Amino acid sequence: MPACWLSPEFLKIQRKNNMELHKLTLKQAAEGLRKKQFTSVELTQACLAQIKKRNKDLNAFITISEDRAIAEAKLADEMIENGQATELTGIPFSVKDSIATADIRSTAAAKILDNYTPVFEATVVEKIRKAGGVLIGKTNCDAFGHGASNENSMYGAVRNPYNLKKVSGGSSGGSAVSVADHMCFYSIAEDTGGSIRQPASFCGVFGLRPTYGRNSRYGVMPMASSLDVVGPMARTAEDLAIVLKYMAGTDKKDATTTVATVDNYDLIAEKEISAQGGSASGGKKSKLVVGIPKEYFEIEGINEEIKKNVLYQIEKFKEQGAEIVEVSLPHTKYAMAVYYIVVPSEDSSNMARLDGIRYGVREKKIKSLSELYEVSRANGFPEEVKRRILIGTYVLSAGYYEAYYKKAQKVRTLIKSDFEKVFKEVDILIAPTSPFPAFELGEKKSDPLQMYLADVMLSPAAVAGYPALSVPTGFTAEGLPIGTQIIGDKMKEGLLLQVGKFLTKKD
Amino acid sequence: MITLEDVKKIANLAKISLTSEEEKRHTETISVVLDYMQILNEVDTEKVEPTFEVNDLKNVWRNDEIKKCSFNQELVKQFPEKYAGMLVVPGVFENSTEE
Repeated sequence: MPACWLSPEFLKIQRKNNMELHKLTLKQAAEGLRKKQFTSVELTQACLAQIKKRNKDLNAFITISEDRAIAEAKLADEMIENGQATELTGIPFSVKDSIATADIRSTAAAKILDNYTPVFEATVVEKIRKAGGVLIGKTNCDAFGHGASNENSMYGAVRNPYNLKKVSGGSSGGSAVSVADHMCFYSIAEDTGGSIRQPASFCGVFGLRPTYGRNSRYGVMPMASSLDVVGPMARTAEDLAIVLKYMAGTDKKDATTTVATVDNYDLIAEKEISAQGGSASGGKKSKLVVGIPKEYFEIEGINEEIKKNVLYQIEKFKEQGAEIVEVSLPHTKYAMAVYYIVVPSEDSSNMARLDGIRYGVREKKIKSLSELYEVSRANGFPEEVKRRILIGTYVLSAGYYEAYYKKAQKVRTLIKSDFEKVFKEVDILIAPTSPFPAFELGEKKSDPLQMYLADVMLSPAAVAGYPALSVPTGFTAEGLPIGTQIIGDKMKEGLLLQVGKFLTKKD
Repeated sequence: MITLEDVKKIANLAKISLTSEEEKRHTETISVVLDYMQILNEVDTEKVEPTFEVNDLKNVWRNDEIKKCSFNQELVKQFPEKYAGMLVVPGVFENSTEE
């Protein structure tokens, strides 16, 4: 971005029109606020105007918290005035609806929680709001995160801003679209097996799945507890780095968070990758080592344009002097099967809390307690949630536990050790995020296995607990975004963001 | 493979009432998914330990203390049915259609 972009002259014109403010990056917007070139209220109004204009077509939001956003923006303007501003102060953001927000309805896109307003806040949201963030609304998703197209929402599918006939991806489709279509500057979402990365790739934004345990999950409605992570989505790698810095860290309320120090991700992201290098094998090598996991490129039906685009990214690394090596993660092809045994198993127990008893929607005219559960759950869950609960209940039941669940957890060990071995040799792995670009609405909805296979390149890192970033690296001839996935060693989010910035640097 | 009877049984265990059409559809789709899982039988896991979580977590203990809850009234407000600040549910045994 040329330096003149934020010149007072330019911003004056922009302010006059007051319609393009929402198209700034988070970093630019924070700078503009700090220099008092515009106010948070103006910024928030610009985002709200974009939501009003576009949400009826895109369906990215389930709840828009307009009045509250304006009130928060006013407070943010005061913080800025008093010199208490952080980089997030006054910047509008959205939150996936499966993440609890105090006093704002949180449905997780399922009717069983249609009337549910949490009394507490998820830790990640609380941290961002303390930093002065302006929560603009709750984004649509596949109900409780179950899906890869956002068609499993009981509030309607989300549409792709690049082509309204295509899906947004899922499960965090609304979050991806809210960022891609400039309805806010970043979104807080959740990734169990690809729910941040896949919609990010379909909608042309950045999406980060952090290392398991990096961010607190307190207040995040659980799907599969041994895989779920919370992460940000944004329009640039730098913006993502800023948000992660505020989100990350240990939390007493989530015993699975790790105590590892939170890096200055934004400063790391600023560094050139040629200056990086050498983190693999304890700094034995002086340059960045990029691994090409061959199994990811051998997946059947991989779109040629996507393959070509990712291979082009590899060329960029070569030009930069990085070492490129082909590596093998031999158990890659089993990750999907492991994922769709482990996830429904954990899911079926996590979903048991949703029963219409203490909160949420309870069916009326019920004769018995058992009927109350059965009917509340039948009407409150979409088909895919029911399917996952049924699969989980089945594979955990007596006689099948060893054959499915325990077997899957053993293969999971092998997938994990594939990654452990490979990260002794390389700094990062590069692969497509998805084997295909955004598909047609309805195309895979009736075929669950085909929908599950959409996660084929996403589930391995998730099953093993490694961080991965989807970087928007181009478009297909049809004009649909392409995502390149960068998988890193545990706690190496900084390097991922640095690489993400490098790959999207304008020449 | 999963049978229609299996689906009925697990739906009952999971406390979800299904229409007969749904039962049929879930039988078909879940069978396809379970068939796909057979791919795991290609892998020799004889000497492999299972991984239930990825970060070698240890139990984190805290004292079991009674703390004042600042939002209990808010929680009561969310009860779908209440009486004098208490949660109302249908009788567990009375009027029950269960055995």
